[in-house]
Amino acid sequence: MTTASESLPPPSISTGPIAWVRERLFSSPLNTVLTVLSVWLILMALPPFIEWALIKSSFTAATSQECRAGGGACWAFIGQKYRLILFGLYPYEEQWRPLIAAILLVAMIVASCMPRFWNVSLPIIWVGGLIVVAILMWGGVFGLRYVENTLWGGLPLTLILATFGIAIAFPFGIVLALGRRSRMPAIKTLCIMYIELIRGVPLISMLFMSSVMLPLFLPEGFSIDKLLRAQIAIILFAAAYIAEVVRGGLQAIPKGQYEGADSLGLSYGQKMRLVILPQALKIVIPPLVNLFIAAFKDTSLVVIIGIYDLMQSAKVSLTDPAWRGFSIEVYIFISIIYFLFCYSMSKYSQNLEKRLATGHKR
Amino acid sequence: MAKGSVNGAQPAPPRRLSWNDPDVRSIVYQAVALILVVAIGWFLVSNTLHNLSIRNISTGFDFLSRESGFAIGESPIAFGPENTYARAILVGLLNTIRVAVVGIVLATILGTIVGIARLSKNWLIAKLSMIYVEVIRNIPLLLQLFFWYAIITESMPGPRQALNLLPGVFVSNRGVKVPAPTDHFAYDLAAFGFLLAIVLIIFVVRFARKRQDATGQAFPVYRTGIALLLGMPVLGWLIGGAPLELDVPKLQGFNFVGGATLTPEFAALLFGLVLYTAGFIAEVVRSGIQAVSYGQWEAASALGLTRSQTLRLIVLPQSLRVIIPPMTSQYLNLTKNSSLAVAIGYPDIVSVANTTLNQTGQAIEGIMIIMAVYLSISLSISLFMNWYNKHIALVER
Repeated sequence: MTTASESLPPPSISTGPIAWVRERLFSSPLNTVLTVLSVWLILMALPPFIEWALIKSSFTAATSQECRAGGGACWAFIGQKYRLILFGLYPYEEQWRPLIAAILLVAMIVASCMPRFWNVSLPIIWVGGLIVVAILMWGGVFGLRYVENTLWGGLPLTLILATFGIAIAFPFGIVLALGRRSRMPAIKTLCIMYIELIRGVPLISMLFMSSVMLPLFLPEGFSIDKLLRAQIAIILFAAAYIAEVVRGGLQAIPKGQYEGADSLGLSYGQKMRLVILPQALKIVIPPLVNLFIAAFKDTSLVVIIGIYDLMQSAKVSLTDPAWRGFSIEVYIFISIIYFLFCYSMSKYSQNLEKRLATGHKR
Repeated sequence: MAKGSVNGAQPAPPRRLSWNDPDVRSIVYQAVALILVVAIGWFLVSNTLHNLSIRNISTGFDFLSRESGFAIGESPIAFGPENTYARAILVGLLNTIRVAVVGIVLATILGTIVGIARLSKNWLIAKLSMIYVEVIRNIPLLLQLFFWYAIITESMPGPRQALNLLPGVFVSNRGVKVPAPTDHFAYDLAAFGFLLAIVLIIFVVRFARKRQDATGQAFPVYRTGIALLLGMPVLGWLIGGAPLELDVPKLQGFNFVGGATLTPEFAALLFGLVLYTAGFIAEVVRSGIQAVSYGQWEAASALGLTRSQTLRLIVLPQSLRVIIPPMTSQYLNLTKNSSLAVAIGYPDIVSVANTTLNQTGQAIEGIMIIMAVYLSISLSISLFMNWYNKHIALVER
């Protein structure tokens, strides 16, 4: 301190790979321990997994004994069964139809994600698209063979349950949200009761209800098939969640907008349709995308009431006596499918949030 | 509303029924809505009653007192086929509560660790937790449950070749076997000591707060609390005679006897629920911590607080306010998701009620029991969390 003649050592490097490693991996004793620990973990877990999944695995084996011989994963099983897993029991030679339907549904979802289509054309695309999907799946017209919906299955069914579910629940959800914000006590109470009741119970109980109670609800002689019953349960369930999301959007609109619309002499319907809802719905697009992801994942629950969606067809593919015991491979395969869909949607929703967050956040 | 009661100078205009009067319209709308709902309800109920009478199913909850005739795989209370349906449903309820409570505690711990790890300066740790969160959140829970269940029941060896991880701990496709303490009075004393410790801690916290308010001296509440929580049960155990013998599982024939079991169903369900919910809780915790502005850290260090004091006294209380509401909904989700147990055969309330309604044909009652149970669990969790939220909320003037 007293004699400042000695020169200080040069500062340690603050750029370049070594500095990066020092800064990001070994900046403190705790960090060093954590780094060493996680490297050890990765070294323990990754090589055996790669050995199982890639090196010792079999991609081409013709029988299950051959497949098992390598001691690794048996991807040949997926090769044998992918048509069953993806399309379920749909007649084999007609499986191009669910394939096109699935592509169409994905295209519709992608189109809804583009701001370019956020106008009148979107409902038209949806109504038209859903009709085409229905024609493709059912057939019976234009020379297409009629296929009962008990034979539908796999990925197209999962997509149908999720998209129809959200698309039909959406208007219901808006009505419920408006009802919950209404000043009329009776309507408000009814909406709150519905929303809270549905949100308080698990989807499984709704599915059970639709599968065992709905037939009792209908007049004698009437019946709805199993698939439609599950779809109704999903719609009723999704509507309550959509209502809460939309309510959030309605609450975020400043009071001045409501008052401004009132002072222009707009009726309630005009006020909501022209002023409030366009703004409110724009805010809630990201949470709506998240709801769609949740609905997409939740449709897997229809397995429990015996509907042939992606999960069920995967489970059924496991029951082939010639190919027993490859459940891990199948589960990984459909996990990847689910992951690709959900991850891309969630990335989209995050981007959207950033893009839309310009006006409101300070 | 107040139209009729203007001050006496002007007589109120006579009220006429007009479509232009918003009050009239509102009453008409509400009446229409109510009539519609009642009509739909009446339609459904009358159909149901009619259908039930055709199928010769009597309504009511009389079936609950009948003998159930089925066995339940695991049960915290004694249960056999000779017990009633009511007891079966109680077993299901207890199983649901058991997995939900353990799941909530474990998921909170794991989720908080992962959430903080995502914000770590350590690149490897942050990336690993990010991968964990993204993978777990984007795969359906049911698929994960099937996956874990398949790993446990198919990839694990049978009881005869069970993996012996620690002395007395066996992992096989029949679940995890661990040594359990034998029944002894000392353990009751230890449990009593634990409860006593909680009561004492409440008093210590009150005393510490009062003393700090009066004298400004801080009292080491955390250290005292931990010492009490650990010390009192040990003390109770020592007073009871410090029994050391354990009930170690032994291989007998084709399975193990003795010890405590973690069944494959329970293990897979708990594992799946905890890992899945922790992914969501991690995001809640991360956003909560990020919501506290950096100025708070700087201000705290300017006041001379240490890093742990800053976290404990400044940052966490503020981020808790952001964290609690979404955390509540994650707890509710975990509880509701525990109903997926039915898919892998863990006897929770849904599974038991489902068996019951299949055996008795009492579909409506069965579904009503399931819904009532979940509604009351959801309601109590959200009441508790709302109370807690109010407790920690910012008190403004």
